[in-house]
Amino acid sequence: MKLKELRFGTELLKRGFASMQKGGVIMDVVNADQAKLAEEAGAVAVMSLERVPSDIRKSGGVARMADPEKVIEIIDAVTIPVMGKVRIGHFVEAQVLETLGVDMIDESEVLTPADEQYHIDKKLFKVPFVCGARDLGEALRRINEGAAMIRTKGEAGTGNVVEAVRHMRNITGEIRRLKGMEYQEMIDYAREIEAPAELVIECSERGRLPVVNFSAGGIATPSDAAMMMQLGADGVFVGSGIFKSTSPERMAKAIVEAVNHFNDANVIARVSKGLGDAMPGLDVHTLRDDEVLQTRGR
Amino acid sequence: MDVRIGILALQGNVSEHIDAFRHALERMGRGTSSEVFEVRNTAEIAICNALAIPGGESTTISRLIEKNHLHEPLCTFSGGIFATCAGMVLMATRVDDVRVRTLGLIDMAVDRNAFGRQKESFEAELSIKGLKGGPFHAIFIRAPVATCVGTGVTVLSRMNQGVVGVEYGKHMALSFHPELSCDTRLHERFLKKLGVCFRSEQKTSDMSKLTLPDERQIQ
Repeated sequence: MKLKELRFGTELLKRGFASMQKGGVIMDVVNADQAKLAEEAGAVAVMSLERVPSDIRKSGGVARMADPEKVIEIIDAVTIPVMGKVRIGHFVEAQVLETLGVDMIDESEVLTPADEQYHIDKKLFKVPFVCGARDLGEALRRINEGAAMIRTKGEAGTGNVVEAVRHMRNITGEIRRLKGMEYQEMIDYAREIEAPAELVIECSERGRLPVVNFSAGGIATPSDAAMMMQLGADGVFVGSGIFKSTSPERMAKAIVEAVNHFNDANVIARVSKGLGDAMPGLDVHTLRDDEVLQTRGR
Repeated sequence: MDVRIGILALQGNVSEHIDAFRHALERMGRGTSSEVFEVRNTAEIAICNALAIPGGESTTISRLIEKNHLHEPLCTFSGGIFATCAGMVLMATRVDDVRVRTLGLIDMAVDRNAFGRQKESFEAELSIKGLKGGPFHAIFIRAPVATCVGTGVTVLSRMNQGVVGVEYGKHMALSFHPELSCDTRLHERFLKKLGVCFRSEQKTSDMSKLTLPDERQIQ
């Protein structure tokens, strides 16, 4: 087969890759040892980053893409896919991660935005992107820019699932409401939520987003993860929840099993026993406006 | 013959396989008399006469097979297994990663991620042995290949890196993702081998030919 007959970086390949992650847990890791632990525990992929969200919260300042050396260290340590975070709108950080061989890029509100007006034009890349969203309009704007996967934003680094729940209910609830609308109402609704009409209609026909929808931002326990799955998530991202708990290895395995058996309370009860402390939690209502991450990018 | 197809739903793109098999059965005029559903445990596997192991992460699926005590029921399954991507890795006798415990149902050695990382994932028009209707639009996502296959294993397709499709007895294993192609010819071929025939080929007085084999085409 000649190389020119092969097509790379198509929409189908990007969405297909995202689809392979379904039913899985994607874990934040900051070094090779954590990546190996995550892989060993059954993670479908790891998210490589400089610091987990709760540490980003503590240290303040500008949070950027991880050091390429760190990313390569993680890529070399595991055989599962490796993802990486870039700042919203920072297309050069994305070009760098693509060159390094990262399998998916997270254009993430957890890092300090580089552009307050535009997100990255994701269709220009061969590598697929995942983006955060709080509601249907935001999800569809990201998909329109080329995102192959959506995740709820939640409120990262808090260990508090309340915002992830809010965002997942927003998205699934809005899609359910589309069912009762006639064509003209959908066009009007698309305008209201600032989303492309054809994507709104596609959601209505499929009864779901046109791409895989994961949950992220505050998942700290096996029950949190299973709850998000029952609310309709295709899989979960766990950020600080694993490596800020008292026994990361057991927590990682327990969350993988809880996602696998998300409808079986017996299994969730069993894996939750004696896990030690989950990560320290934060009440999102006590956050100052400038500490809230989910409002970055819209 | 009516067929009950179980899609192993531990992790990966399960729903696409369900849709593809339902579509294939409809095209064969078998839509109403057959079932396609998710399977997660021994009891559910036992009532199937065909299984599909979908794409996903082979290390993750392998661990979940162990965790859920499904290794034995899968190894001794008497029906056919349709395996794609990570599924193909699991069907092999040998794999280049000690952490993946394979089922050993097809005599072949498999390399995981043989084409490289996601940016090297590709679509290609693939010619497949004995498949009518032209080349198959194949979608390779961090795909494995078989580096060598045993005698008795039929090679369906081959690329520079290795073998990308095999048949062995009732089983079929593919490096790529036919469930993403909107082309059910390979699903239909797998079902035909199991003895599921096109409604129109049955020797009955029923002349309502819903689907003819030569009507198949790439959508």
